[in-house]
Amino acid sequence: MTVAPSDVRELVGQEYQYGFVTDLDTDVVPRGLSENTIALISSKKNEPDWLLEWRLRAYRHWLTLEEPRWQNVDYGPIDYQDIIYYAAPKPKASLAGLDDVDPELRTMFDKLGISLAEQERLSGVAVDAIVDSVSVATTFKAKLAEVGVIFCSFSEAVQSHPDLVRTYLGSVVPYRDNFFATLNSAVFTDGSFCYIPKGVHCPIELSTYFRINAADTGQFERTLIVAEDGATVSYLEGCTAPMRDKNQLHAAVVELVALEDAQIKYSTVQNWYPGDAEGRGGVYNFVTKRGKCAGANSKISWTQVETGSAITWKYPGVVLQGDNSVGEFYSVALSANHQQADTGTKMIHIGKNTRSTIVSKAISAGHGQNTYRGLVKVLRSAEGARNHTRCDSLLIGSDCGAHTFPYIEVKNSGAQVEHEATTSKVSDDQLFYCRQRGIAEEDATAMIVNGFCREVFKELPMEFAVEAQRLLDVSLEGSVG
Amino acid sequence: MLRIENLHASIGDNQILRGVDLELKAGEVHAIMGPNGSGKSTLAQVLAGSEAYDVTGQVRYEGRDLFALSPEARAAAGVFLAFQHPMEIPGVGNLYFLRTALNSVRKERGLHELSAMDFLALCREKMKLVEMDQSFMGRSVNEGFSGGEKKRNEILQMAILEPKLAILDETDSGLDIDALRVVANGVNALRSPDRAMLVITHHQRLLDYVVPDRVHVMAEGRIVSSGDKELAVALEEHGYAGVGAEVQASRRSAVGVAP
Repeated sequence: MTVAPSDVRELVGQEYQYGFVTDLDTDVVPRGLSENTIALISSKKNEPDWLLEWRLRAYRHWLTLEEPRWQNVDYGPIDYQDIIYYAAPKPKASLAGLDDVDPELRTMFDKLGISLAEQERLSGVAVDAIVDSVSVATTFKAKLAEVGVIFCSFSEAVQSHPDLVRTYLGSVVPYRDNFFATLNSAVFTDGSFCYIPKGVHCPIELSTYFRINAADTGQFERTLIVAEDGATVSYLEGCTAPMRDKNQLHAAVVELVALEDAQIKYSTVQNWYPGDAEGRGGVYNFVTKRGKCAGANSKISWTQVETGSAITWKYPGVVLQGDNSVGEFYSVALSANHQQADTGTKMIHIGKNTRSTIVSKAISAGHGQNTYRGLVKVLRSAEGARNHTRCDSLLIGSDCGAHTFPYIEVKNSGAQVEHEATTSKVSDDQLFYCRQRGIAEEDATAMIVNGFCREVFKELPMEFAVEAQRLLDVSLEGSVG
Repeated sequence: MLRIENLHASIGDNQILRGVDLELKAGEVHAIMGPNGSGKSTLAQVLAGSEAYDVTGQVRYEGRDLFALSPEARAAAGVFLAFQHPMEIPGVGNLYFLRTALNSVRKERGLHELSAMDFLALCREKMKLVEMDQSFMGRSVNEGFSGGEKKRNEILQMAILEPKLAILDETDSGLDIDALRVVANGVNALRSPDRAMLVITHHQRLLDYVVPDRVHVMAEGRIVSSGDKELAVALEEHGYAGVGAEVQASRRSAVGVAP
């Protein structure tokens, strides 16, 4: 057995495992952004006029906006005219079922470990797989249709359920919301749509896998989930991208609407390509995610495990409008190598006796910079509102950083808002203790980090919890010396 | 089993061990006593593989150069340290930690890994030894444990890992008389002809329960006096000053060595 102490800088450089490129025949629109590009995307997707109008309104508004720079991350200018806004794998023929899916695509999913066939047969998870903007296969649709659940690609929903889309699109994240959400509203290409009718408990976990394949494409997907009165749903989102030298932009929007007594649980395991050890390449993950507890006694819960992306910039939030509604945010964010994360949540208390819980676990290794930024806002109307926030940061090595920016605005004097924060290091003493018991240094680090995250992992559905733990182990391999 | 020759250890300019010589045979229990700051805990840490010290001298363990082994390799080779201050590891279950440790060590020793069920059975049996109840298993490693619970947990780990050389660093400190009896019974149950133990303590009290074959007194980084268990009794009566001549000698020689 070797006794040489491992070197932080050398070992943090864990190779990205999902960095293969699949050779798919892709239908792209020319580079750049203009009203013409938007009209072209809209016509390719055969969209109704009101949607094109909405896109164009967003685009015109976007032209008046400046890219925000207040976040605690550092990156060069993005050339929005150098991005391809639409790239779809060309279907060889129209798809009649899973068997007709492009074999190359199937192979790609196999490499990702999410063979659709296996998913369908074994796991009982319905997968809406999105590759480069277009939803290629939606499984389990029939089974879901039996109970009235609609789970399909966004484009399909626009065609088959235009009224639902029109009612809820932009109802939580308006097209004027922020620079990237506005951009997304103008150019979004596809995404997932999910509708759970009154009183229905969605019988299976719904799952979407996103993957950016083509070079220089931005991914602008749009997800909309609506749970009617008394409905419940658990939704899983997983993401990977191939290795490329250039940065790729991912500016998604996710909107959740929970009506009276409805519950939505949204879990994300994000593993976009983080760039290489010197910080070249990687995905810019600038995402707007928000849920609205529109009805009384409703509940929205965000759980995220963010191990990828060069830069992560997102604040999944909940607008607690209905009385007694509950918002939750559980997050594990890892920044290794030169990764930067500025993430947190927004909890907006409007209704009476609304409650929110925030648990954020940030891990920094290598040169990683991790920022928690959270807003807890209690409006005058939110009688009896309560919030509890815990932000824990764990540092591995001495070149990384952890930052916490909590914003608390309370307009109702009866509200209870608590904020706790800790910063700790994986200590040499802890490592020595584990090693003295025979546990190798890397295993000991993984064990300590997993222990640190346990509170969040236990919120994830079982199969995701296992994946998250594995991802974290891989991402951290050799982060100690 | 263990032969220490002219062992020096320092942190920066601070020389802590100044030439320790000690030999420990299989089946023997040796006690090391001495005032605070005499280097007892440093000796324990250095033997277990702490990387915090600069070390010179020779330590042979079962004929091998102990310093050529990493801490985890030493553990696999049968070296165990019951820590004076056991570390807390939040979020990591005690049972999970113990099983990972045991299976890591078993793997290195060429044994098959124990299944969760087999491990649980083993654990239940060993827990009786230190009178620990089941609720310990679900809790995070040492988190929120009282001083006594932490020490019992160390002995439980020792019982499960079955070391050849067990070093107990002030395992008795901070224990009330009942907890001391429990810990001592655990230690005695593990005494065997194949196992050597180095028991570091401030008080003769523990040695009433765990009767040592040899007692060594450490002062200023060296062993200044050795004897049988009567030495511990003498220490209790006369204090460390009672072996004052040797302490003086050690001080002189230390001064003589230092430039």
